[in-house]
Amino acid sequence: MKRIVWIYTAIVGLIFGVFFLSLQMGTMTIAPPDVLRTLMGDGTEQHALVLFEFRLPRMVIALLAGAGLAVSGLILQSLSRNELADPGILGINAGAGLAIVLFIYFFQGSYTTLGDTIFALPLFAFVGAITAAFLIYTLAWKKGVTPIRLVLVGIGLNAGFTAILIVFQLRMNPNDFMQATVWLNGDIWGTSWANTLAVLPWILLLIPLVIAHARTLNILRLGDPPAVSLGVKVERNRRHLLVWAVMLAGVSVSVGGAISFLGLVAPHIARRLVGPRHQAMIPTAALMGALILLFADMIGRNVLSPSEIPVGIVVAVIGAPYFLYLLMKTP
Amino acid sequence: MVNETSPAPKQVHAKPMAVIIIVVVGTMLLVCASVISISLGAASITPSTVWQTIIAYDDSLTDHQIIHEIRFPRVVGAVLIGSFLAVSGALMQGMTRNPLAEPSIIGVTDGAALALAIMFAFFPSVPYTGSLFAAFIGAGVGTALVFLVGSLAKGGLTPAKLALAGVTIAAFLSAISSGIAIYFDVAQDLSFWFAGGLANIDWQHIQLMLPIVMIGMVIALLLARSITILSLGRDVAQGLGQRTSMVRTMGIVAVMLMTGAAVAVAGIIGFIGLVIPHITRALVGLDYRYILPCSAILGSLLLVIADILARLVNAPYETPVGAITALVGVPFFLYLARREGRGV
Repeated sequence: MKRIVWIYTAIVGLIFGVFFLSLQMGTMTIAPPDVLRTLMGDGTEQHALVLFEFRLPRMVIALLAGAGLAVSGLILQSLSRNELADPGILGINAGAGLAIVLFIYFFQGSYTTLGDTIFALPLFAFVGAITAAFLIYTLAWKKGVTPIRLVLVGIGLNAGFTAILIVFQLRMNPNDFMQATVWLNGDIWGTSWANTLAVLPWILLLIPLVIAHARTLNILRLGDPPAVSLGVKVERNRRHLLVWAVMLAGVSVSVGGAISFLGLVAPHIARRLVGPRHQAMIPTAALMGALILLFADMIGRNVLSPSEIPVGIVVAVIGAPYFLYLLMKTP
Repeated sequence: MVNETSPAPKQVHAKPMAVIIIVVVGTMLLVCASVISISLGAASITPSTVWQTIIAYDDSLTDHQIIHEIRFPRVVGAVLIGSFLAVSGALMQGMTRNPLAEPSIIGVTDGAALALAIMFAFFPSVPYTGSLFAAFIGAGVGTALVFLVGSLAKGGLTPAKLALAGVTIAAFLSAISSGIAIYFDVAQDLSFWFAGGLANIDWQHIQLMLPIVMIGMVIALLLARSITILSLGRDVAQGLGQRTSMVRTMGIVAVMLMTGAAVAVAGIIGFIGLVIPHITRALVGLDYRYILPCSAILGSLLLVIADILARLVNAPYETPVGAITALVGVPFFLYLARREGRGV
C-alpha cells in the first residue's frame, strides 16, 4: 500500500513537472518567473493570451485524453485478456478516422468557412467510434462474445475501415489530405476551452465509474468460467464495461485524433508498477496516460519547432521501443 | 523414396485430384482473366487484337503499342505479385502455425514505406528505380527487425511474440515515416505509391523484380516439405530430426524477397496472403508441396480479377486495388475470426 501511494505521488509529481515545463515551451518561450506571474494574473497581456488561450486548454486536453485512452485500453485488455488490445488496434480509432475523413471529404470547400467545425468534428469522430464498436460487438456475437473473437473481429474491421479510408483520402485535394493525415496520426486539435469543457464531464464521470467496477474487472480477467462461478453476470458486465471503454476512447479520440499505442502502453506500465489488481491499476494507468500524452505533446510541439509533429507519432516513437523491451523481457 | 515414408501423421492428407483441377482450371481461368484485363481500359481492345500482338507484334499500331507497353506488364505484374503474396502468406502461416499470419502484419510494408518516405523527403531527384530499390531494402529491414526482436525474446519465437513484435515494429516504423511525410509534405505522394498498385508497372519493374523473386520462389518450393512438417508443430518437427531454425530462417528469407518485391512495386495489397492459403488448404489438404504451387495460381487469379474490378468499379477512375482485395479479404477474415482462428 505504501508503495502504491509512493508511486502515485511520483507520477503526479512528474505530471506537475512536465506541465510547468510545457507551459514555458513553444514558439514563444516564456521564462518561468513570467509563467508564475501570468498564472497569478499578473503577467503581460501577450503572455496571458498564449498561456490561457493556447497552451493551457491544449495541455488540459492532453491530460484528459491521455487518461481516457489509457483507461479505455486497460478495460479492453482486461476484458479480452489480451495485452495487445488497444482502441487503435481494435478498429475504434479507424472508425472515428473514417468518420472524420468522410466529413472532410464531403465538406471539402466549405470546410474552412464552416464556423461550427470545432464542435462538428469531435461529434463525427465520436459517432464513428461508437459505430465501429457497435459493429465489432455485433459481428463478434455468436451466443455471447468471447474475448479472442472480439480482438480478431476488431483487427479485421480495422483493416476494412482503413481500406475505405484510403479510397476517400486519395480523392482529396492536397490541403484536405494533409488535414486528414495529421488527424489520423493523432493530433490534439481541440485547443479551446470549449473543447475542454466538452470532454471534461465524460472523463470525470466515466473513469470513477470504471474504478467502481474494479472488482468486476479483476474477476472477469480470470476468464469466463471462474467469473460465472463467482456469481458475476459476465455478459452484462462485459457489455457495460465495453460501452464505457468505447465512450472513453471516442471522447478522447474526438479531441486528440487517432492516437494509438497509448492505450497499449500505459496499462502495461501500470501493471508493472502496481500489479494486476484493478483498484490500483486503473488510477495508475490513467495518470500514466495523462503523463505520457502531455509529455508527447510537449515534444511534438517543440522538437521541430516551429512546425509541429502530431502527438500520436511521438507516442508511438516513445511507446514502441518500450513495448519491444517488455516483449523481450517477459518469458 | 525414404522421405515419403517418414512418419507423417494422419492430418497430412493430400487431395491430388483437387491439385490437378486447380492447376488445369485455375490456369485456364487465369489466361481468360488476363485476356479480359488486357482488353479492358480507356482504349478497348478486342481479344483478337491481343492475340495479334502476341503472335505478330507491329509497333506501328497504337493498339499493339498500348498492349505491349502498358497492358501486358500490368497483367504480368498482377500475376507475379498475386502469386508472391499468396505463397508468402502460405509460408508464414505454415511456419508460425498462426492462421492469421499475413505478410502485411510483419512490418514489411511499413519498412518499405519508411524507406520511400526517406527517399521522397531527402532524395527527391533519385529516379524511380532508385526509390524502388530503396523500398525493397526497407521491406527487408522491416521483416528482419520483426524476426530479430521475436527471436531475441525470452522463450523464443512463438506465434504470439511474432505477432506482437510485428504490430509494434509496424507501428514504430509507420510513425516515423508519417512524421517524415508530414514534415516534408510528401504524405500524399507516399499514399499514392502505396495505393497505386498495378497501374504504373512497366517492363523495367518486371525485369527488376523477376530474378530476386525467382530465388524466393525456388527457396519456398524447396522448403515445402519441411514446412509441412513444421506446420505440425515445432516439437513434432524437432522429433522428426528437422533443423527447425534453419527452415525458419530460409522461410523468412523467401518471404522477405517475395513480399519486399511485391510491396516495392505495387504498394500495399493486403489479404491475398491471408485468404488464398486458407482456401487452398481447404481444397488440397495440408501438404505444402501442393499448397504452395496451388496458392501461387489462385493468388494470381485473385489479383488479376481484383485489378479488373479496380478499373470497373468507378470507371474511369481507378480504385486502389488494395481496397478491392480488402473487400474480399475482410469478410473472410471476419469469418475466420468468428471461428476464432481455428484450422491451420
